[in-house]
Amino acid sequence: MSTILEMRSITKEFPGVKALQDVTLTVERGHVHAICGENGAGKSTLMKVLSGVYPHGSYTGDIVFEDKVVEFKDIRDSEKSGIVIIHQELALSPYLSIAENIFLGNERAKRGFIDWDETNAEAQKLLARVGLGDSPTTVVRDIGVGKQQLVEIAKALSKNVKILILDEPTAALNDEDSAHLLDLIRHLKGQGITCIIISHKLNEIKAIADEVTIIRDGRTIETLDVGRGEISEDRIIKGMVGRDLEHRYPDRSVDIGEEIFRVEDWTVHHPTDHDRTIIHGASLSVRAGEVVGIAGLMGAGRTELAMSIFGRSYGSRISGQLYMHGKEITARSVPEAIRNGIAYATEDRKVYGLNLIDDIKRNISAAGLGKLATRGWVDGGEEHIVAEGYRKSMNIKAPTVDAVTGKLSGGNQQKVVLSKWLYSDPEVLILDEPTRGIDVGAKYEIYTIINKLAAQGKAVIVISSELPELLGISDRIYALSEGHITGELPVKDATPEALMVLMTKEKEADHVIG
Amino acid sequence: MSSASATRTPSTRTTSTRSEVLGFLTSRLRQIGIFLALIIIVILFQVLTEGRLLTAGNVSNIIVQNSYILILAIGMVMVIIAGHIDLSVGSVAAFVGAMTGVMVQDWGWAWWVAILAGLVVGALVGCWQGFWIAYVGIPAFIVTLAGMLIFRGLTQIVLGNTQITPFPTEYRQLGGGYLFPQLFPPASSPAEWITVGLGILALLMFIGSQIQGRMKRVRLKLETEPAWWFLVKVLFGSGLILYLTFLLGIAPGSRGTPIVLIVLGVLVVVYTQVMNRSIFGRHIYAVGGNRNAANLSGIKSRTVDFYLFVNMGVLAALAGIIFTGRLNSAGPGAGNLFELDAIAASFIGGAAVQGGVGTVVGAITGGLIMGVLNNGMSLLGVSTDYQQFIKGLVLLLAVAFDVWNKRRARG
Repeated sequence: MSTILEMRSITKEFPGVKALQDVTLTVERGHVHAICGENGAGKSTLMKVLSGVYPHGSYTGDIVFEDKVVEFKDIRDSEKSGIVIIHQELALSPYLSIAENIFLGNERAKRGFIDWDETNAEAQKLLARVGLGDSPTTVVRDIGVGKQQLVEIAKALSKNVKILILDEPTAALNDEDSAHLLDLIRHLKGQGITCIIISHKLNEIKAIADEVTIIRDGRTIETLDVGRGEISEDRIIKGMVGRDLEHRYPDRSVDIGEEIFRVEDWTVHHPTDHDRTIIHGASLSVRAGEVVGIAGLMGAGRTELAMSIFGRSYGSRISGQLYMHGKEITARSVPEAIRNGIAYATEDRKVYGLNLIDDIKRNISAAGLGKLATRGWVDGGEEHIVAEGYRKSMNIKAPTVDAVTGKLSGGNQQKVVLSKWLYSDPEVLILDEPTRGIDVGAKYEIYTIINKLAAQGKAVIVISSELPELLGISDRIYALSEGHITGELPVKDATPEALMVLMTKEKEADHVIG
Repeated sequence: MSSASATRTPSTRTTSTRSEVLGFLTSRLRQIGIFLALIIIVILFQVLTEGRLLTAGNVSNIIVQNSYILILAIGMVMVIIAGHIDLSVGSVAAFVGAMTGVMVQDWGWAWWVAILAGLVVGALVGCWQGFWIAYVGIPAFIVTLAGMLIFRGLTQIVLGNTQITPFPTEYRQLGGGYLFPQLFPPASSPAEWITVGLGILALLMFIGSQIQGRMKRVRLKLETEPAWWFLVKVLFGSGLILYLTFLLGIAPGSRGTPIVLIVLGVLVVVYTQVMNRSIFGRHIYAVGGNRNAANLSGIKSRTVDFYLFVNMGVLAALAGIIFTGRLNSAGPGAGNLFELDAIAASFIGGAAVQGGVGTVVGAITGGLIMGVLNNGMSLLGVSTDYQQFIKGLVLLLAVAFDVWNKRRARG
């Protein structure tokens, strides 16, 4: 077997962050090569370098493709060479037909006019190759996600693909569609197409990959030969998480009291696809002064769980019970959830957390304006004093609370979000990825704030993709996998390996690990 | 003396070196710019018309002629801040005018009952449009485009393609009347004492509220405005009030205080307070700035949307009543293109197309810019085709200035 692609010591820096450092990847022709790693390890960045999304010159190192050094200027450039990436979020135009989508930007035309017969005929052939029986004139919106994925692959085939990169291809698919997709990848392999697949699902990797390269913290850790079945899932997990836990977390004295909040048998369905279950009968509880972590890989349903609890901001056909201090409560809307003492700080500050064009004080008061008002009129002076108080206690780095939040750094924006929720005076705080996109120093400050909240007797639930972070700040950790809570570990018994096993556990697997 | 008082205030920014003055002015470029633009336009036309712009009679005219657009602009800027638009206000104004005409003429209702009922009709129209926008989720552009046709059609149905005229004298006062002309016939009295009294009252209230506000901010150590700017603001505002009082009450040919000016003044003060200080107003900015974040902060954005359109409906009804009273007739073509003038006023006044930004005072200033342009050009005998051309350019340039200013601030 010959080598089709070699990426040699690729280093890619973003302002302040080294996303990739000296990464090496060697892919054999006609193989399925998996890339594994935790969220944020650098897998997607590496694929963006390969596909020209980050053009030549924005990274260092060499890409050798079919024995030639290549320098892609953009994604069209890499596609011309036969490297096609299919992103997790599909890039199809929903109101165009399958055939139109396949040849989008690459139209079958004669003298500037599209030849529809040729377009549809060729699309038909490509659809046959991916095993999709639908008519090429079907509008893409009318077919399911699984079939849309196949259309994406057909589109790639139309570009004479040599290396097909699939980023989390089965994340949004059900089991049947996933199985079909894996079959197709095997079939394409038989036709000599090389595949690079990014996946969290270790059983899938074991099923189809020949080799797996593990990336951790922006570096290549190792490449394992899984094709011969000698490598266990545990071995892959070890590679993914085996980092030094040298990150610093502030010390805290733990003083855990009575149970404050409990969720029982919480089931949530997809907001538009009502038959798809996103959360399956999840139960969890949190006590006063306790920090509870929720660990899960991307797509496990962490944010969906949190948002559905927070006034049903996500999902449909929600069932289950919520208890506050042992008494059942309802939280059918966000205002009701806030009234009942629940706060949720979103993972996406810019989209769901802040009014970026408004100032700090008005963002802080947004969820608690009622407390500042008498008969509907807000006391602006009081508001200023409250905001100023948070600016000092949370150490928000801005000259005044009149500063616009859009201009603050990520860490300071996060402090504004936390201030907003603290001012709503909650008993339970659900913090979704509280340190995402924040530099190391600010992370430490956020941890300190979390500890302070726990010390005040609040119940804190932290959702995080970073296992060391969860291990560093939690008292107890729940693992979530594909919408199921697959386990619960006190922090003293939790290791990254044990958590990763729970986080990648299949729902069918009923044997208990750990 | 000014430097001594400046050093006593807590903020270090109050010591005014030249660069700090410039820095402060550029940071408020948008708010100051719009006022400057209005002043420049006024001075320009005052010179071009050889003093005919700022005469007692003409200033009265400008106020009365533009009052309904200004009232619409108040509601419109609120709708725009929330990220919507309302294309129906001209038709709604016409419809309410026609309805009140039917009430007083065909049904024989008292003038004040008709006015109150007209406002209720406006509120119901707002409920109707608000329902489709807030609870069904149809974009406001579509709902109010439909409303523009629906209420124009209803106006014609109600009127049966004729005009209703005349209206009772009392009804007409709101649009064209002056305060107590019977007591002090303006032709015979050298000064309109009520106007002068109102002017002094407005002056005292203005200065009082400014000083009170500043004292409170200083006490709470929140003051960020330099003392010199505060002084400029108060002096300028006072001068404006005094000059207006002079024109309306003392200058030769003065007719006293238009009733609609009182209405407008109250609306501006109340709605400025609503937008700055009430929970409802703050929720409008929050929803317009980031609807997702507002929803997740427990703000009921649908309720906000609904009441915004109810409010717009009531203001459109008021504008319709004033307009009908001024013309002393309700016709099928009344209020045509009012919506575009109100929208233009909001955008010239600094509202942002994507929502979240804008002020009531800005929209009023924007409306006055359009009004003075109209009036000045009419005085100069510029034909309406050129007037439209120039107003279009002004709108485009004002928004272009906004875009440029934002890019500069970011950059």
